[in-house]
Amino acid sequence: MKPGLILAATLAASAAQAETLTVYAPDYFASEWGPGPAIRDAFEAECGCELEYVTGDLLPRILLEGERTRADVAIGFNSDVMKQARETGLFGPHGLDLSPLTLPIDWDDDIFVPFNWSYTAFVYDNTKIENPPQSFHELVNSEEDWTIAIQDPRTSISGLAMVLWGKEVFGDEAEDAWAKLAPKVTTVTRGWSEAYGLFTDGEVDMVLSYTTSPAYHIIAEEDETKSAALFEEGHYFLVETAAKLGNTDQPELADRFMAFILSPTFQEIIPTANWSYPAALPEDQWPEAFSQLNYPEKAIFLNEDEAAALRDEAIEEWRAAFSQ
Amino acid sequence: MARRVFAISLWPGLIAAALVALLSLGTLAAVALRAESFSALNRFDWLAVRFTLVQAALSAALSVGFAIPAARALARRRFRGRTLLVTLLGAPFILPTIVAILGLTAVFGRSGAVSVLLGWAGFEPISIYGFHGVVLAHVFFNLPLATRLLLQGWGTIPAERFRLAAALQFGPRDLFRHIEIPMLREIVPGALTVIFLICTTSFAVALTFGGGPRATTVELAIYEAFRYDFNLGKASLLALIQVLICVAAALVSLRFGVPQIGQVGLDRTVQRFDAAGIGTRSADAFWMALVSLFLLAPLVAIALRGATGLADLPAPVWEAALRSLLTALGSAALAIVLSLTLALSALRWRWLEGVGMTAIAASPLVMGTGLYIMLFAVTDPANWALLITALVNAAMSLPFILRALGPALATAERDYGRLADSLGMTGRTRLRFVLLPRLGAPLGFSAGLAAALSMGDLGVITLFARPDSATLPLQIYRLMGSYRMDQAMGAALLLLGLSLALFYIFDLWGRRRA
Repeated sequence: MKPGLILAATLAASAAQAETLTVYAPDYFASEWGPGPAIRDAFEAECGCELEYVTGDLLPRILLEGERTRADVAIGFNSDVMKQARETGLFGPHGLDLSPLTLPIDWDDDIFVPFNWSYTAFVYDNTKIENPPQSFHELVNSEEDWTIAIQDPRTSISGLAMVLWGKEVFGDEAEDAWAKLAPKVTTVTRGWSEAYGLFTDGEVDMVLSYTTSPAYHIIAEEDETKSAALFEEGHYFLVETAAKLGNTDQPELADRFMAFILSPTFQEIIPTANWSYPAALPEDQWPEAFSQLNYPEKAIFLNEDEAAALRDEAIEEWRAAFSQ
Repeated sequence: MARRVFAISLWPGLIAAALVALLSLGTLAAVALRAESFSALNRFDWLAVRFTLVQAALSAALSVGFAIPAARALARRRFRGRTLLVTLLGAPFILPTIVAILGLTAVFGRSGAVSVLLGWAGFEPISIYGFHGVVLAHVFFNLPLATRLLLQGWGTIPAERFRLAAALQFGPRDLFRHIEIPMLREIVPGALTVIFLICTTSFAVALTFGGGPRATTVELAIYEAFRYDFNLGKASLLALIQVLICVAAALVSLRFGVPQIGQVGLDRTVQRFDAAGIGTRSADAFWMALVSLFLLAPLVAIALRGATGLADLPAPVWEAALRSLLTALGSAALAIVLSLTLALSALRWRWLEGVGMTAIAASPLVMGTGLYIMLFAVTDPANWALLITALVNAAMSLPFILRALGPALATAERDYGRLADSLGMTGRTRLRFVLLPRLGAPLGFSAGLAAALSMGDLGVITLFARPDSATLPLQIYRLMGSYRMDQAMGAALLLLGLSLALFYIFDLWGRRRA
């Protein structure tokens, strides 16, 4: 009887102690050099609980685990996969007031809360290219012998963003546009890291990346040789969101974390840890280098239905053009 | 051999085979069982299959083709630093993909060394991107393996045969025909198969150097099915095709594997009486220089770029390095146990070697996912991340180890089996006194290879790892993913150094014992 009681008491004590919120996140987010650790520390200080990240391919993992997933919150859904995530029925409403959001678009979703955003852009070395393209049309049609590295839309979020961006800009002529771009593209990589590595190695003049990429070089390296080419047609707007699991066993902590996402503490970590724009922070509170950057005037945003509807066709056209 | 009562217990080999089959085919079954629907393959999938086969076949042929003169030159020359050179030449095979990509572009890329040299000579720069880029990268990765396997083959030729050949006044050509070709007939089919299979599961290399979606491999199609459509049915269908390709290739290779006629040697230092001529000297020098330049230049590029970043590596990188080292040692131990038991039992049942080979055809993505499904049913997979990584890497290195270990074991058993039988040596005694002493070199090589491969692997860990249990390759990706290219290159150099050191130490230990 006695050992049983002690065991029960110990279990109860450790259960009370170990209020743990499990957050599924992409690897880059939770890594030592991502925003994850600072966000965890700030949240733990506030909630008196523990926050544990589980990393990996976010959506495939949750789809694999289904109802039995240990996740309480999942952070890092791109708008291009939100539809699929929503259709799992695994996520519950956040119940938050979204008025703190400072996105360049309207956002009104009862499940997914945006935490950062960015614009896809072609980043170039401004010591090598003096007359960068002013538009997507110019990039495609130019006679200049620029060399470009892009990412495969089938394996990378930014690659997928590019084909959707192109589809919006060129419409029915997207395939022709890709065919004209193809000779300038030195190579197509699996992910952003490989392509950006080729760019910083001087292997290509331009790389598909984000308008905020130069901010990293300016702030962390005091290097002002990298710029993003601004296109008059507008730039593809990528937003990353978080959602609460519907059957989480930590509903209160999960709700607190969802609310924490919109707090200044969380948002101030985003720019220089994630190198993207914060979703709920007025522009005058951004780091200085972010304000130095030029901004696209127009956001091209596809909501999840539009993105899902265009995705297969856009990838097929891109693939057909690049396979010739 | 068949009528002899088998001298060593077979069941450990069967258990090992079952474990490997579970990892390769069992995981595939687990994924297939989870699939909700099976959609047919489309035109692009079949194009991917074709591309995969063509590039893998060409890569294998070129790797082995260049390895033959290179290994021959290394086999008949003795010079200072030869051991070190052999180890360094092996390095590309164990490089993590991402590191190798950066090294190769530094040499063969548009602004790489070769293009610069060509520019000085007034030629157009070369482009590494396209079909030839994929093949070039695969030869870079696999020429070292082919060279090592063939070198091992040359090592198995008894010294006495070269004496006899010298006594018979064989010239290099006769020697090649009567002594070296029979050995090559035994080793080459296996080497071709292994490299062909490695290239079939290529993914990031094919994508980066392929230049675009023309270079779509089956593995990429699996990734696409899994990650973007979450179509487990299609992923497992594609993975099954990959396994079928493997089985076909393995069957072909078994068919051509001609057993050597037994001839007992006394393990003397090999004296190559044929190697003195100026013709063979210059030919050997040419091949060794060519292969060294091709394989070492990218390594030098990595070292040059990484040197600056190495100085200020953050603490998590060192922690990851320690984690990777421990995982690699565990993986090497597992690999030796698995391969030795398998190879012993394969003396009796050759098909067991085929089972060992299946690990290479398994898609790492499907294997990881299948394991995840199986483990998730009973426990939290993240708690087992490093053990799983060690086990999966051990299984992945089996095909290579079996190629190195199998023939050596067969030779030992063939040459000394009857003697051991007559002395009544069975079980552990036979293993310890008859077989193991003859296996020093391949065992050391195998342990080194398994450890080094595990160091560089970035497959399964990404599916399982907690943020705080990252391995060194994963940290490199993380550094690159957060713009820290210099530190990433420093970490890459650290990884290269550690992998090489592991390989060198084990290999040296093996050859000291041999």
